[in-house]
Amino acid sequence: MNKEFKASITRAVNDANLTGALGKFSEAYKVNRAKAYEGIDFEELRGRIAEIKSRAACDLDGLAETFKRNAEALGAKVYRTRDPEEVKQYILKVARDNGVKSVVKSKSMATEEIHLNACLMEDGISVAETDLGEWIIQLAGQTPSHMVMPAIHMTKEEVAELFSKEVEERIACDIPKLVKVARNELRPKFLAAELGISGGNIAVAETGSIVLVTNEGNARLVTTLPRIHIALVGVEKLVEKFDSVVPILDALPRSATAQLLTSYVSIISGPTPNDDGTPKELHIILMDNRRTEMARDPKFKQALQCIRCGSCLNVCPIFRLVGGHVFGGIYTGGIGTILTAWFDELQKSDDIQGLCIQCGNCVPVCPGKLDIPEMIMEIRRRLVLEKGQSLVQKAIFGVVNNRKLFHTMLRAASLAGKPFTSGKFIRHLPLFLSDLTDGRSLPAIAAEPFRDSFARIKQPTCREKAVFYAGCLIDFAYPEMGVALVTLLNKAGIEVSFPPEQTCCGAPALYNGAYEVAARNAVDNIRALMQEEATYVVSACPTCTVALIHEFSKTLDAVGESAWLPQAKLLAEKSIDFSTLVKKLVDQGRLSFKQGEDLGKVTYHDSCHLKRTLKVSEQPRELLQKAGYQVTEMFECDICCGMGGSYSMKLPEISAPILRNKLKNIRETGAPVVAMDCPGCVMQIRGGFDQESSAVRVRHSAELLVERLKE
Amino acid sequence: MYEKFKARAVGVGAEVYHFETKRNTLDFLIPFLREEEVADAPGSYAVWADGRFLAGLDRTEFAGLPGLKFEVTRERAAQAKVGISLMEWALADTGSLVQDQSAAEQRLVSSLTSIHIALVPTGNILDGKKALFDRINPSTSRYIAFITGPSRTADIERVLTIGVHGPERLIVIFVDELGGETP
Repeated sequence: MNKEFKASITRAVNDANLTGALGKFSEAYKVNRAKAYEGIDFEELRGRIAEIKSRAACDLDGLAETFKRNAEALGAKVYRTRDPEEVKQYILKVARDNGVKSVVKSKSMATEEIHLNACLMEDGISVAETDLGEWIIQLAGQTPSHMVMPAIHMTKEEVAELFSKEVEERIACDIPKLVKVARNELRPKFLAAELGISGGNIAVAETGSIVLVTNEGNARLVTTLPRIHIALVGVEKLVEKFDSVVPILDALPRSATAQLLTSYVSIISGPTPNDDGTPKELHIILMDNRRTEMARDPKFKQALQCIRCGSCLNVCPIFRLVGGHVFGGIYTGGIGTILTAWFDELQKSDDIQGLCIQCGNCVPVCPGKLDIPEMIMEIRRRLVLEKGQSLVQKAIFGVVNNRKLFHTMLRAASLAGKPFTSGKFIRHLPLFLSDLTDGRSLPAIAAEPFRDSFARIKQPTCREKAVFYAGCLIDFAYPEMGVALVTLLNKAGIEVSFPPEQTCCGAPALYNGAYEVAARNAVDNIRALMQEEATYVVSACPTCTVALIHEFSKTLDAVGESAWLPQAKLLAEKSIDFSTLVKKLVDQGRLSFKQGEDLGKVTYHDSCHLKRTLKVSEQPRELLQKAGYQVTEMFECDICCGMGGSYSMKLPEISAPILRNKLKNIRETGAPVVAMDCPGCVMQIRGGFDQESSAVRVRHSAELLVERLKE
Repeated sequence: MYEKFKARAVGVGAEVYHFETKRNTLDFLIPFLREEEVADAPGSYAVWADGRFLAGLDRTEFAGLPGLKFEVTRERAAQAKVGISLMEWALADTGSLVQDQSAAEQRLVSSLTSIHIALVPTGNILDGKKALFDRINPSTSRYIAFITGPSRTADIERVLTIGVHGPERLIVIFVDELGGETP
């Protein structure tokens, strides 16, 4: 990652105003959004929206033509272009032809996308942004830090400072007063402007209508007072039918700001007379700028289902720490990374794609049903294809692809780590590695990996068999978790085997875009795990389980290794995560826990892959309760702990504050124990508590359950 | 439906009243305008955009209110404290009002003023957008306007603040005598 980018991250996470405002908003958003959606079947609603937008994306060209025909029949002028440069030329020509001296704008991301303001101002035209947030950042000479709340990063003090300069008078730092200043300053601009420029939230092909959604009332003035109105609309805003407006209006304000509806919605179909009786000139520009190309790309077509509500930003644990400016472009957050890669260029997303921790928090809230993490993975894959892996990555993944070498090195690391190890932790690493132990201790590599001790576990002979897939962390750092799993399954009458040729699940390579490496890991594992007859292939690491159930097939498919696909599918069918299997065994009466003892409180941390990809969250809680624990929920139990595999190594400056938040939420429950199902989360959270010298115990569910087995 | 609308609209900061007749409405409205010190001076006008409330009304009613204007220009609206207009539909599920505002004066009185008084036929309270969309037609209504509460922003520190570019007060008055679909 480049130094400047890293520096911008450090600045952002240390900006208390920014993280304070964003953090507060994002915590409140979750509650308010749920309230706004009360009584609405969100899954049904977003299903309809995704269907409408996906259908539109299949025929952008046709819809744009229909829109043009219908809007022109009503008297509007419609201009279609692929090229942002032509958009600017068109607007300049309209302005020049009409002797336009001043322009008022209501919020439009499309105009930001093409840097329209600079182009108009170069031509001697004055431009006023009229959305309060946009006006603030215009005065500050900045770019928006959030799609819906462009100035969320600024304090009222900073705004007062800016406004004081603008009106050349000392303005008190009082929000209602500041808002009044904006009203009074902008009102004469509205009344004087000859040209109003807006965006469009929806464009309806069958009626030639554009829909504008605002809260402040500026769009109504922009479209009413100046005698010319230009609406710049990205073609992805097109929908076919007029009644498609309803579901989008149901979702957009609820998802964006947790409102049932914004203060104002205007549906404009053709020009209306000006207040002096003259006819209004209405120009609608349908801009492509690679959107059609995107629609033809099977992996990215879904991005056109976005309704620009920004909810993915509002729930993102990274965004709320760093804000929008580190993204460098106009569009921010996860969706912004994708749009930047397309509307700008793929290379521009090189650094920012790395910000996504792949926690999946944005997936269930998206009203357009976009899978942003999946698209970001695809960007990573293409970046690696385009420019290859970095030398360091190449070296690392070269080792990961050679199991024997990889495992030999892990064993060596156990010895090499010795000087830094105290007890079970590495607390400080020297030099450039020191970031890795900043705020979090690392686990010491186990003296004896699980693969070596496995043979010594005395197992009963059972009819039913399960293959255990350990994954690197359990194998080499936390072998005791593996032992716990074997003990539990044995008790339920299942004999466990451990094929020693199993190797890394490929997730680290995959999440870095190195699909070829991940594919070779997949093949090695399929070969190893499918050798033996077994009812289950069980893993106690959710990331590994996701690899077994989903990623092996997807990766092999992506690199075109179809020969292994049937075996991958068979493996996926047998694969199961630890808690789901154990819950099943308990339900079948094959496993039970000691009764009659109150073990006190435990709080449970949901791991990203378990909760959101595997959709498992109740099973571990029920098991802990059955084992005698009282489960107390922490605040934001399903927000990422900041581990994210190699993420915590690459971006420790982001990982550390996320972890701090998690530790705080755990501490506040007062529970002496926190349970989780992922050895990666254990590594992160246990390491965090170790550095705090806290007494909170961090355990894998398997470790807690095995202690409670009936003798 | 009225109660549901009222709860939603009040929830977003609107004020909601209900009168049976136009007479009752005027008995509320005229003292209200006086109280707001509507006068024949820039900054203190009231502007009333044409609508069927005014049809057949004896305008001598307003003789004591020289600041109240029925010819709406942008200059007057920009200098008006109060704007009055008819809004055809009310949506109970979001507390919204909807009107075909193709005539610019309808927008001027409801967007440039500080107080917008919306007169609504009580019989036209609908469930929500779906019912509305069966009744509006963009090929004949060129500027369909939804208004939900007063103008608002939260752009500075996420603090909700009322009255940015549009009215800071929205007063909704349901009038039975204006009729509507359901008597």
